[in-house]
Formats: sequence, structure tokens, C-alpha cells
Amino acid sequence: MKTNNWLLAAGLFAAAIAPGCKPKGAQTAITGDAASKVYVAPGQHDEFYNIVSGGFNGQMSVVGLPSGRVLKILPVFSVNPENGYGFSEESKPMLNTSNGFVPWDDLHHIAISTTNAEHDARWAFGNANNTPRIARVDLNTFKTVEIIEIPNSAGNHSSPFITQNTEYVVAGTRFSVPVGENRDVPIDTYKDNFKGHISFIGVNPESGEMDISFQIEAPPFNFDLARAGKNKSHGWFFFSTYNTEMAHTLLEVNASQKDKDYIMAINWKKAEEYVKAGKGTKKKVRYAHNKWNEETHSATSTIKEEVLVLDPKELKDMVYFIPCPKSPHGTDTDPTGEYIVGSGKLAAIIPVFSFTKMLKAIENKDFEGELSGMPVLKYESVLHGEVEKPGLGPLHTEFDGKGFAYTSMFVSSEVVKWNIETLEVVDRVPTYYSVGHLSIPGGPTGKPHGKYMIAYNKITKDRYLPTGPELTQSAQLYDISGDKMQLLLDFPTIGEPHYAEAFPASLIKDRQVKFYPLEKNASPYVLKGIKDARVERKGNQVHVYMTSIRSNFRPDNIEGVFVGDEVYFHVTNLEQDWDVPHGFAVKGANTAELLIMPGETSTLKWVPEKEGVYPFYCTDFCSALHQEMQGYMRVSARGSNVPLKYSTGESD
Amino acid sequence: MKKLSTLNRLLILIAALTLIPAYFTPLWQISLWAPQYPEGLNMKIWIDHLSGNVDQINGVNHYIGMKHIGDEMFPEFEYLVYVIAGMIAFGVLAFGIGRRWALYSFFGLITLFGMLVLADMYRWGYEYGHHLDPTAAIKVEGMSYQPPLIGYKELLNFLAYSGPDTGSWILIGGSALLIFAILRDRREKPTMI
Repeated sequence: MKTNNWLLAAGLFAAAIAPGCKPKGAQTAITGDAASKVYVAPGQHDEFYNIVSGGFNGQMSVVGLPSGRVLKILPVFSVNPENGYGFSEESKPMLNTSNGFVPWDDLHHIAISTTNAEHDARWAFGNANNTPRIARVDLNTFKTVEIIEIPNSAGNHSSPFITQNTEYVVAGTRFSVPVGENRDVPIDTYKDNFKGHISFIGVNPESGEMDISFQIEAPPFNFDLARAGKNKSHGWFFFSTYNTEMAHTLLEVNASQKDKDYIMAINWKKAEEYVKAGKGTKKKVRYAHNKWNEETHSATSTIKEEVLVLDPKELKDMVYFIPCPKSPHGTDTDPTGEYIVGSGKLAAIIPVFSFTKMLKAIENKDFEGELSGMPVLKYESVLHGEVEKPGLGPLHTEFDGKGFAYTSMFVSSEVVKWNIETLEVVDRVPTYYSVGHLSIPGGPTGKPHGKYMIAYNKITKDRYLPTGPELTQSAQLYDISGDKMQLLLDFPTIGEPHYAEAFPASLIKDRQVKFYPLEKNASPYVLKGIKDARVERKGNQVHVYMTSIRSNFRPDNIEGVFVGDEVYFHVTNLEQDWDVPHGFAVKGANTAELLIMPGETSTLKWVPEKEGVYPFYCTDFCSALHQEMQGYMRVSARGSNVPLKYSTGESD
Repeated sequence: MKKLSTLNRLLILIAALTLIPAYFTPLWQISLWAPQYPEGLNMKIWIDHLSGNVDQINGVNHYIGMKHIGDEMFPEFEYLVYVIAGMIAFGVLAFGIGRRWALYSFFGLITLFGMLVLADMYRWGYEYGHHLDPTAAIKVEGMSYQPPLIGYKELLNFLAYSGPDTGSWILIGGSALLIFAILRDRREKPTMI
């Protein structure tokens, strides 16, 4: 013990006098008790759920805080061979679009449902950036239960942000595109033929079901991010815009010319009035609406062909523009709803706008001009003030509910804490490296839970064991309960996280679904017990009605199937106990396995191409006799006279 | 024969009435714990049916070849309702008679009933544990397992518990009242001679 202390002291001394060519960084600025603050003892639960976007993996990750442990990868827009999502016959319709089956997307942002601007955590919404869609995840089952495609949109980045009672989830188009009947136009007719559309998707307060209520036609800008007004600004929505230069090539330069772009403020209560008064125009479009049914354990996809569009050029008092320096990325409203923060990527300051001043400027017609008939407010009239010298490359702002804002600085790789009223910078901490989004539990709501802040970084470089050219993405957890932000933990993440939300685990952990009651299973292929296990032939279709229960499949010997038959394995997991899924895989099938939850029915389709005997087995280690949970299907040449036969437990 | 005091007669009535909850509370419980069942599996036996994790217990027990537990396994469910009704009737009658022999008879009846129930439970446990399917995946040593009658017992990875549940505890409380009545009655005896 003594010797160790001497060695440590000697080491520290040597390090202190060692000539370094690199200045001492904050990498060493971890204080002693950080480990105990993130330690969740074995068997204990984390305090918060963190629902994290997966970016280009198209999924969401469920992470526990403060430990940073990944609890689940939740498939949303990308197929997931691990549990058959997008591969089973029942789940395929979830990924249907007006362009057909799309197996992948890019999920950037999360919105957790709220009531009165506070988390109720019933649903998590996520956006598909590439083929514009919004998904709704049920947080009682951690399952994607609905996906709606967004017509007239491209690059669904300004999405899915929600109003304070989850009345609407919005989708603003990042890429403006030609819409309507003729979309085959020269690209250089951008200013005339391209349009930006903002979609307001109504959410049923009981079921959560989505439906596009209306779209607002907007100028062909790039719509980047958005936040709803809340509390005093409830009824308004704020969208950041860039490329107000309306360039269609080399945007890096051409969209960075103007000193100010805009935050577009939409009075959606006014829009509702116009909809009610029948002022919208029905436009012909095509989009898919996919729903998962928890009783039939299957999805349906419907193609819809109409959307209601409001034109703010004609319909006044609905859309206003607030000038905002320069190419704003995030626009965020503080917990009171009074302040709107615009984070201009290329701006040297952070402008903070006042909702009260905005209303006053609108009332006084304090306009500096207009855009196709929509008023542009005077910057100074709406401005509460500017945060000076915040850092370089402000992107996103979150709030702690104690009067402070936290802004991520992409270029200078730091988080800056500032006072919303006085606009003074009170603290700054480095991130490793190039921070994108920030997340504070409850941060975007009217009642932040505070305590922690997570920075989702874009670059990790030397922070972890290297894994070749492609490195892990990283998150960093900070304690924000004191005056100074304190780095507690680095943890690797899945995919490329963009936005994330966190909320107290106590909101949902006691209402988790443990299994599906068999008596409520309304799948047309369900088996309620082992008695009905059977095989039926319909032309060249073979339907295997199969049960799985520890530790057997029924039937497990099947003959009389021919090359080229369409074989459907309809497998019902008869277990009625928590944490007893059964898997199902058959040799040579050109699809993924099924992972069937207790009480669920799932279907794997397989067209055998060669004769032989094909084993199938349970892929989820379910019991002591899991390795015995297997069976055989005999496939014979087409035209041979092997009779259809199936059995379980019969020996010769 | 000696007449009972009013209080002792009331004690008989209360004891008879404590049999009523047997119709709407579970009488017996069997619980199982294993490392992978930290929350435990619990089965309750009522006057005419079973409830709780019966299916899960069957799922676990089939590995050692135990019979499928179900309501049909207990013919007692057919007549237990009448037996208890008869005992309540006898209790009320004993209250009406109000003589020492009635008190002793009622106590004797309840004690006999309790002993018969325990004997029946033991018999059922023996049947259940000694007729294991010889083709079962796991062979239990000696091909027999007697579940605990009352208390705890270990088998393989499971710890099993068996014991009275709400209805029986109330009934046991009722019997205690009868013992109390008997003791009171015996203490009064010398003064009566």
C-alpha cells in the first residue's frame, strides 16, 4: 500500500515535469467520484430510459442512464434479421411505401409523447429521413406499431417534433422538390417549380393513431429542425430554414451567402381554423399508411391518395418569418415557451427570440418585408438578446428547467451553458469530439428532469480501442446538477445517434407488457393448443400450423412437400410466461429467422428449391432441452407421389 | 348435560361463520422458486378450483414426467362445497343446542376435517410424485418426489413451499376460538359441581 502511494507520487511528479509538446487537455479533468455516480450495481435498474436515434441504421437504441448500458435495439425503418422484423410475412407491410418495400432508412430524431408539455412516455416517434416517413413506437411493448409516409416531402429532417399535448407531430421537408402532376422538370427551374411542404400529422389522443391533418405549402427553402411552442407559446410551431438563397447546386457555398436565414413561425391554431372553414385544397398524392395490430399480430399497409394543403400566400396570419443568423440548424423553445433559441451553424452569436415580442411585432406590423405575401418580422423587434462569444458552430440547445440553456458547439467541440435571462455564458466543457445533439432528461419539455446531460458526438478518433477504419460513435454523460458541468462517462453507441430523449424509468417500467394472452390472439393462423397442429395443402401452397412450447415443435416431422411449393410456417408460441420467446429457422431459407414472443403467431415463407430433408430448430436458448427443439421437413421432387404426412412423437 | 355460557355459545357461532370465507378465499398455496424464477411460481387451491401459475408449473414439471395438474385431477372439488356447508350447518346447530356435547362434537368434527384434508393432501402428493412418466427427459433419483405437505423442500433447481392460505388461516382462527371455549368451559366446571 505504502509502496503504491510512493510509486503514484513519483509517477505524478514525472508527468508534471515531463516536457510535452501538446498542451494539457481537459481529458484529465475527470474527478474522483465520477465512477460511483454512474455505477448501477448488479441487479439494480437505471434511473432513466434514454431512447436514442440510430441514424443510418434506421433503428432506435434503448439505453439506461446513468450507466450507458444498451438494453435493446428497436427496429423501426430497417429490417432486423435478429427478430424477423421486415422478414416475417406479418411484419413486411410495415416497411411498405409508395415506392414499394423499402428495407432501410435514416432515423434522426426522437419525440417522446407529452401531455401538458410534460412527458407521458406513451409513445416514441421517429423520422425516416430518406424516404419520408414517421413511425410511432409503443413504449409498453417497445415495438414499432405505426408508420406513415409523408407525401410532397423529401429529406424528412425537420421531424418528428410534437406539440405539447401530442396533438400533432410535424414533418418539414429538408429538400424542396417538385410536386403535383408534373414532377419531371429541369432542376434549374428550382425557384419556380420546387416547393417546401410542412406536414401536420394529427395523433389520436387515445390510440395514438396518426393521420395527416394538413400540409402548409412553403417557399423552396431547406427546412432543418423544428420545435413546438409550449405553455405560453402553445399554438405555435417554429421551423429553422437554410438555403433561403434557393440554390440547387453546390449548396456548401451557394446556400451560405446570406447573413440571415429565417425561423418560420406557424400559428397552427390559425391553420386549424382555416381547415375547419374549408380553406384547404385537396391534392392528389400517394402515400402508405402502415399499422401493426397487437391482436392479430400482423401489419396492414394502405395506400392513401389525397392530402389537404393550405396556401399561406392566400391564407393570412398563419405564417411569419423571423430573420436568424446564419444557416440556423436547431431551433429550440425554453420550458416556459417564452424564448426561442436559433442556433446558426455559421453565426458568431446565438440569437434568443422572445415570444411576447414576436406577438407584439405582429400586432404592430413591425415588418421588414415579405416573402410571397408572408410577413418577415424585424430582427430587432423580436430579439430578446444575443449570447456573445458562445463558441464555434452552435447546433442544438437543451434546457435544465433551472433557467439555463446548454448549446452544443460542433466546430469548437464543446458544450456551453448560459443563462437564458441574462444571456451570460456561465460554464463550458469540452466534448470528444464534434458534438451534435444534446439530450437532458425532459430537456425539450416544459418540465425538464435535469440531473444529466448527454452529448452525442460525431467523431471518436482515439477515445476507444480502435476497430479499423469504421469506429464506434460515442456519447458522453455529464452531471449538470451543480454549477459546473462534470464529465462522468463515455459510452459507445449503436448506429450514428442524432437526437435522443430521456425520461424517468418509473414512468413506464411497471406497465411493460410481459407476454401476449393466447386467448386474445386473433391471428388467422393461431393455434390455441397443441391439438390443432397440422399441415394443409392448397394448390402449391403448404401451410404448416405449428406450435412451439418448451421444448418441442408440433408437428416436427413433415413429408409430402415438393420443390417449388410455397411453404408457410405459421408458428404460435404457446408459452404464457415472461421472457420465453422461441425462435424458428429452417435450413436454406432465403429469409431471416422468426423470433416469436409468448402468445404470438408469426409466419416464415420459404420456397424450397432442391429436394432433400431440411432441419428446422429453435434459435432462442429457451430451456434445458433447447438443443432437442428441432424437426425435419422432407422436400421431394415435383410430381413424385410422397403423400402429405405430419406427426410429432411417433416412432417406428 | 351441561349448558354452555352465552359467550361460549357465541364463540361456536363465530367459529361456524369463519368457515364461510372458505368459499371466496384460497385455502391452500404451493409456491416454487428457482434461480430463473426469482419472482416465484404460485398455485392456489380454492374450494372448487385452482388458480395462479398452474400452466407454468405444468410446463416446468413435465421435464421430470409429472402429471398435468388441472381441476379434473381433484374429485374433491365436486363435494367440498357441500362438506363445508354441512359443517357450517352443524356449527349453527351446535350454537342453537348450546350444550357441552355440541361444542365438543363441533370441535371434533373440525379437527377430523383438518386431519382428513392433510391426509388427502399427502395422498395426492404421493400419487403425483410417485407416478412419474418413465420416458421423461430428466430422471429423478428413485423416480419419486414427495412434495412438502407443509413447509419447504428442495428438488433439483426448485425450492417448493406448501402451506395454508387465507381461507384456512381464518378457519384455523375459528378452531382456536373453539379451543378457547372448551378451556373456558372446563375452568367453569368446578364452580358448577
